[in-house]
Amino acid sequence: MTGHLLELKNITQKYGRGERRITAVENVNLAIDEGEFVALLGPSGCGKSTLLRIITGLNQPVEGQVLYRGVPLDGVNPHATIVFQTFALFPWLTVQQNVEVALKARGVSPSLRTVRAIDLLDMVGLDGFETAFPRELSGGMRQKVGFARAMAVEPELLCLDEAFSALDVLSAESLRGELLELWTSGSIPTKAILMVTHNIEEAVLMADRVVVMDKQPGRVITDQKITLPHPRQRKSPQFLELLDRVYATLAGQTQPEHIELGSAPGEAGRTRAVPDVSVGELAGLLEFLDEMPNDRMDVYRLEQELNLGTSAVLQLTEAAELLGFATIAKGDITLTPLGETFAEARILARKEIFATRIRRLPMFKWLFAMLDAADKGQLDRDVIRLALELEFSPEDAARQVELAIQWGRYAEVLAYDDHTEAIFRETAEVAAG
Amino acid sequence: MLNRFSGIFKVQQPTQRTFGWADAVVIALVVVVIYAGVRLAIDTPAEIEGPSISLAPEVLPYYALRSVGRMAAAYTLSLVFALVYGRAAAYHRRAEQVLMPLLDVLQSVPILSFLPVVLLSLSAILPQAIAAELASIVLIFTSQAWNLGFGWYQSLTTIPNELNEAAITFRFNTWMRFRTLELPFAAIGLLWNSMMSWAGGWFFLMAAEIFTVGDKDFRLLGLGAYLQEAANQEDYRAIGLGIATLVLVIVLLDQLVWRPLLAWADRFKLEMTESDNPPTSWFYDLLRTAHITNWLDRRMRQPVIQGLDALFARSPLTIAPRNGTNNHRRRPWFTILVVIALGVGLVYGLTQAGQMLVEVPAAQWTDVGLGVAATLLRVMIALVIALAWTIPVGVLIGTNPRIATVLQPVVQVTASIPATALFPVLLLVMLQLPAGLNIAAVLLMLMGTQWYLLFNIIAGAAAIPQDLKFTSTLLRLDRRARWRTLILPALFPYIITGAITASGGAWNASIVAEYFQLGGKTHQVTGVGALIADATAAGDFHLLLAATLSMILTVVLINRLFWRRLYRRAEEQYRME
Repeated sequence: MTGHLLELKNITQKYGRGERRITAVENVNLAIDEGEFVALLGPSGCGKSTLLRIITGLNQPVEGQVLYRGVPLDGVNPHATIVFQTFALFPWLTVQQNVEVALKARGVSPSLRTVRAIDLLDMVGLDGFETAFPRELSGGMRQKVGFARAMAVEPELLCLDEAFSALDVLSAESLRGELLELWTSGSIPTKAILMVTHNIEEAVLMADRVVVMDKQPGRVITDQKITLPHPRQRKSPQFLELLDRVYATLAGQTQPEHIELGSAPGEAGRTRAVPDVSVGELAGLLEFLDEMPNDRMDVYRLEQELNLGTSAVLQLTEAAELLGFATIAKGDITLTPLGETFAEARILARKEIFATRIRRLPMFKWLFAMLDAADKGQLDRDVIRLALELEFSPEDAARQVELAIQWGRYAEVLAYDDHTEAIFRETAEVAAG
Repeated sequence: MLNRFSGIFKVQQPTQRTFGWADAVVIALVVVVIYAGVRLAIDTPAEIEGPSISLAPEVLPYYALRSVGRMAAAYTLSLVFALVYGRAAAYHRRAEQVLMPLLDVLQSVPILSFLPVVLLSLSAILPQAIAAELASIVLIFTSQAWNLGFGWYQSLTTIPNELNEAAITFRFNTWMRFRTLELPFAAIGLLWNSMMSWAGGWFFLMAAEIFTVGDKDFRLLGLGAYLQEAANQEDYRAIGLGIATLVLVIVLLDQLVWRPLLAWADRFKLEMTESDNPPTSWFYDLLRTAHITNWLDRRMRQPVIQGLDALFARSPLTIAPRNGTNNHRRRPWFTILVVIALGVGLVYGLTQAGQMLVEVPAAQWTDVGLGVAATLLRVMIALVIALAWTIPVGVLIGTNPRIATVLQPVVQVTASIPATALFPVLLLVMLQLPAGLNIAAVLLMLMGTQWYLLFNIIAGAAAIPQDLKFTSTLLRLDRRARWRTLILPALFPYIITGAITASGGAWNASIVAEYFQLGGKTHQVTGVGALIADATAAGDFHLLLAATLSMILTVVLINRLFWRRLYRRAEEQYRME
């Protein structure tokens, strides 16, 4: 097919240098056509924001090509614009000046810009607030200014970078509705919308296509068309089924243990990262599941029930799965007998269970081996961080060390001296009482 | 208000960690520049007489105007320098590697020892009156420019990523980026740094208006010269009048320039919340309601800005952010040539300067060593005394809003009176005492630098979280335990930041503190500052070069090996975040 609006060909993006080179996005192919509303969905760290920056030309990929209307992109894409998660309004400019500044950059004359800006502010329902400063507005109203500013340059491709995630629930909902209204009625010249989000429900509610990405390395795993007509009913069975299906791809399926655990750092194969959750949160999830009938629940419903974001839910279920406290199949999460025991145990018994479980994780096995081989049985946290940087980005490596310390401290298998930054094995037995 | 200080004072620390190759290049550069100045200086006419300074009260407004004019000229120069320098360092990684350490070293250079060099090299090529005027402006510039440059660089490198990306996606050109993003974002920091620069400027202005190098006597009409002359003649009435005028000028500038600017600049803060007590200014409110200012705004300011916008409409598109992954590496022949030229120049200059240093006799080197040790001792004493009184007073003001409202304005006015202006008076008293000279020297260092400490400690005390204060009360901690577990650890980073600035200032002040001429007589104590001043007065440029370089090296080493480490530790362990 010819005439894609935007086409990504074998895009790969890496950070860092030499041995420390981390692949953020690998071999991504994606095409967006005129008239499409595409949602790019995935857990944090899957490179969806990186991809957005490549598409708009803010970053250049190390490999691959971005074609816009068949022409390779050189520099910032003049036909695309971004609505930012944090609004990115200039705090020292009034609402109207914030919109006008986008027109000014394109050389529009002063009188024309004023007219255009006021029109746009009317369209998003901000008439009367032209002379207000962003700090005087609520989050929802600020993002309306963000939308008005983006519309001002009449972009062909409108990119939303988690545009609703910093808003309160009600503002986000009404703003989503207003955007859909503008888009479906064709009252804006925008040819296509690309929305980066980690919120599955938002993606299924708004987009015509949901592209799901996974991490390590960031890549596209599924590309699902959504044909439900607008306005979509959140409670309708079709909607819930789609939601369940997308969740199932994201939450995955519990694999046989050797695959689930992954390999240790430095070995061949994929290193399984320690999920970014605290032990307290994990315990909360297990206790919650323990009270459900059959110890089972739809993953997508956890979001509402636990009042958590999508990525938090996915991290939690991943942790439960990895430690053998729960299994996931077909979008359902079920507590294992071990998980049930943990949920019902008291604090010391919990610590013991947790300790035996994390000793099985390749990450911890590797850590213990390193510590045992080290002088005085202790290592500087930076040594471990640098070793991990061979497989993770610097920020992720630092976070992994932090998580390992947290988990290890809870299980009383690791100790850490904040003053000397040394990590060592906890030798004392779990104290009684 | 109190919390602002912390933000401002913190910007002084560059993130540079160790002594690298860039430092070596930088120090070499400084050596060569000083050497070049000294070479020029040797060729000046042998005898120069300045204009005579009148002590009649009616000259004071005119003198004050001349001094303010000098300051304004130097400040304008500093601002332009800072904007260009900071931007170059912030946006070009290669330039940054040299420019930032250079700024760091320049900050620790004893400014006063530059004066004879600057003055004489200028008067070798310009008429004497202009040379003297320019030299004083350059000297004041060297006391104003560095912190402005640091502040601006710091602002540019901390522009939030999303605003950066917005500026790029909306295709701002360089001019629009500068006036819509960079300047507003940096405005408040620049303003506070400007106020600090003016305070530093007054300190050196007082010393830069009268100067004797050998038989060459340079004088400029101004408040500093007036005060010096008054002290020379022991005319107490004139001294009183001079100081009163100075205080009046400083208070007027504060009320008519800085307060209104602060009130106006409040709009540039980044926080998305209204401030509890925004800075206010009666003069700003007056201006805002006046028709004439509105008319001027509409008829003058806005057309000018629109004109500039139109003029720069075709300036190049804004650069991509530095953290972009693909830096196209180009190294055109031009850069290579510049580097080679610079290298050759450096090597030549270094050998010449080396030769000059070799000619300094061993006995003088011993003097320099002794001098550095003596000055170090004095700096340490001044610092200890400053800490001893600023910690309790700072905590009292910082934790006690009622006392703060009374004392804060008093402290601010007192702090803004340049110590150099009071020094001649102090001397007249001190010379009566045994060991008075040594006490006076320490006192001047103290007067010049204690304020940095005090303001930092006030900011630190004000930043102690209320919850922790309640907790220590609930735990019934006694006074000693309270200080040891809460107050001192919380203050530690602020004390270090203040002490770094204060010790730098004290080294600088040693040149005026250890050597002075009063009523035609010279008084001096052992110290590297006295050596520099003495070498200047005697026209001994070899010794001047040796002593100045020794002082620079000592200060830079102490900063890197002692303060920088403490600062890092303070940042890592005692931050309240």
